[in-house]
Amino acid sequence: MNNKVKKFVPQLITLLAIILVFGFFTYNAQINMDNRGIEFGYGFLKQESSFDVQFSLIEYDGSHSYARAYLVGLLNTLLVSFIGIILSTIIGVIVGIARLSPNFLIKNTAAFYVEFFRNIPLLLQIFFWYFAALRALPLPQDAEAWFGSTYMTIKGYYVPLFVWNNLDIFLYSILAAIISIVIIRSYAKKIQENEGKQLPVFYISLGLLILLPLLSFVIGGVNLEIKTPVLKQLSATGFIFEPALSLPPELIALVLALSLYTATFIAECVRAGIQGVSKGQKEAAASIGLTPKQVLKLVIMPQALRIIIPPTTNQYLNLTKNSSLAAAIAYPDLVLVFAGTALMQTGRAIEIVSITMLTYLSISLAISALMNWYNKKIAIKEK
Amino acid sequence: MNKLNFLKPDKNNLYVYVYTGSALLFISIFDVFLSSFFKINVTSYLPGPVSLLLPLIVGLFGLHLIRIEFSGIKYLDLLNKNINTSNFNGALTLLIIFAIIMATPPSLSWFIFDANIAGDTKEACTGSGACWTYIKVWLRRFMYGMYPNELQWRINVSFILLIALAFVGYFSGEKLKKFLTLYYVIIYPIIAYILIYYLISGGSFGLEWVETGAWGGLSLTFIVSFFCLIFCFPIGMLLALGRRSNLPTIKYFSVGFIEFWRGVPLITVLFMSSVMFPMFLPEDFFMDKLVRVIIAISLFEAAYVAEVIRGGLQALPRGQYDAAKSLGMGYWKMHIFVILPQALKLVIPGIANTFLALVKDTPLIFVVGLMEIAGMLGLAKTNPKWLGFAMEGYVFAAIIFWIICYAMSKYSYNLELKYKTER
Repeated sequence: MNNKVKKFVPQLITLLAIILVFGFFTYNAQINMDNRGIEFGYGFLKQESSFDVQFSLIEYDGSHSYARAYLVGLLNTLLVSFIGIILSTIIGVIVGIARLSPNFLIKNTAAFYVEFFRNIPLLLQIFFWYFAALRALPLPQDAEAWFGSTYMTIKGYYVPLFVWNNLDIFLYSILAAIISIVIIRSYAKKIQENEGKQLPVFYISLGLLILLPLLSFVIGGVNLEIKTPVLKQLSATGFIFEPALSLPPELIALVLALSLYTATFIAECVRAGIQGVSKGQKEAAASIGLTPKQVLKLVIMPQALRIIIPPTTNQYLNLTKNSSLAAAIAYPDLVLVFAGTALMQTGRAIEIVSITMLTYLSISLAISALMNWYNKKIAIKEK
Repeated sequence: MNKLNFLKPDKNNLYVYVYTGSALLFISIFDVFLSSFFKINVTSYLPGPVSLLLPLIVGLFGLHLIRIEFSGIKYLDLLNKNINTSNFNGALTLLIIFAIIMATPPSLSWFIFDANIAGDTKEACTGSGACWTYIKVWLRRFMYGMYPNELQWRINVSFILLIALAFVGYFSGEKLKKFLTLYYVIIYPIIAYILIYYLISGGSFGLEWVETGAWGGLSLTFIVSFFCLIFCFPIGMLLALGRRSNLPTIKYFSVGFIEFWRGVPLITVLFMSSVMFPMFLPEDFFMDKLVRVIIAISLFEAAYVAEVIRGGLQALPRGQYDAAKSLGMGYWKMHIFVILPQALKLVIPGIANTFLALVKDTPLIFVVGLMEIAGMLGLAKTNPKWLGFAMEGYVFAAIIFWIICYAMSKYSYNLELKYKTER
């Protein structure tokens, strides 16, 4: 009996406290909103937004709804995160391997990079790139071409515009290639398990990945037109490049800062992963006659990846959340467009902040659910 | 004399190879040195790309010639083993050496030789390098924000007192040692709060009141991180215990709480504290923005601390719990005297990393209008009298933060070594 009370009372107190706090908050919110004449609801999402966004992946202007503005912000956030994840992975893997190099200079340069970039707040790094480094770039009329026809200017990075015809067929061909690669891989594995024969899966996959999109050009009616940027005068002193795809300096600063910062953490994950595989594994694999390539592919990498991937995914998640710092340099991401401009215009603090937080929360929860599933799949099954 | 084969250095003609190789290496480094420090290009008569790549090729060949295993010369062997194991490694070594040589003159001249520090106005900055005058003039603002100049001694005094009080633990006698935890967890935060409330904020004892809006700069960074640090630790500990509790309500509340805060970015939390939270409070109830921000950051970081501590709790063997229970200890007694001391020892690096992240996150509070150092830099940068010195400001702030964070990470590493016990 005594034990039951012991278990029951603390729970009851917690529950009561939670209900009380929430009740108190809702009650106050109700009164506050009544006083200001606002009614709680998400109907405002359908209203016309009447503000413009500088940089958008989808068609958008002031006549579209707030819901559309939300989508613009979300896509911009995902764009920054996507580029950042790719760049930081590349840098992180290189630096992580470099930290294990036997070369004294390489090892210490990599260590210096890691210690330097991870001990400076990300916000300051973003500010540094945006306000100090990128402001030193030339004006469009003074810019020199990089790699032939791209221009790095103070107004952004201008790259040639790709004009696609029948882009969807091209994408379908890539999708078809990926699906057939997956099928071939599982087939090759089956053959190897049954007959011990190895198919050259890599070369087949590579061939498919090149061949199918190429076919879509030849018979699918896909064609690609590349328009190189040409300097164009707008006014006496205003120049831009047209026709070109312009990456705004905000995006460049944000991607640079995010990937250089996150790469330091990924480098540490990679280093820990490779160090975590014991030397005996490599020697044992070599002693049963595997080639160095096979040792790396079949013995070292699977074990190292098991250590590397969980913390690295965490870093990807951090990068996505940190991309919200975009608001500080006016890159139109979810926070700036929705929790900034839209909130200022509608005054609906509760609805907008809750939507924004829920968006990030669902991205995080989705990725961590995926992670848990993956962890369970690759965990060593002990007998 | 043995036959020389320049593609295959061997030990028989050791000195020929070593001298030729070193000479070539020296020539290549000297060429880069000349072009970098004195802007002299010795090979300017060659076509551009060749002239650019020549030092690399010559140096690489030099390194190749001195790559002789077991030469018997101590320094040569050391060199080969460490920076010259293969052609690829040698090339990377050379590239790094060249990069360092090339980067030295511009950075030195920007930081020191072409920089200005004299004078009080923008016009004093005549050099092409950094304008440290800007930092000198704005230093008080960067350190104390808009806090009135003649009252800044109050911030200094309270910080010095707080630091002095933090070191009490080192000088206390054996008898008082057992009260130290109590002191650090309860008494010290109260003293800190009183100091900051009465001395920095003022308003009583004849001290002029300074509103929190005027606080700023690095001192605000310290105040915010200090309080968040103190608050987030106990909250995080309770959440970690809650998550491992076998009472469902408490467990699921803790899980929900932790996962919520870990899933959202800090910037939205700050937005919530500044625009959404006031809606949840009674109309006439006023809570200072700084207090709201400190609460928000504390709750946010507490979720991360909780996960770190949970890791430590999970790592403890079951035997520890069983042993404590068999001695007749209750839940709280068991955790305070047996479980937590061991678990916390295990997670020192994790906790230190979380605190480091907290310090690095504080500049973010500028998005809700609190002018700590990043905010003050933004303000100074847009001042019409001091336009165009963004670089100096950010470099200055970066150096300060780097020193703080690097010191913290090294300290935590030492702590980890100190408390490492063999299990």
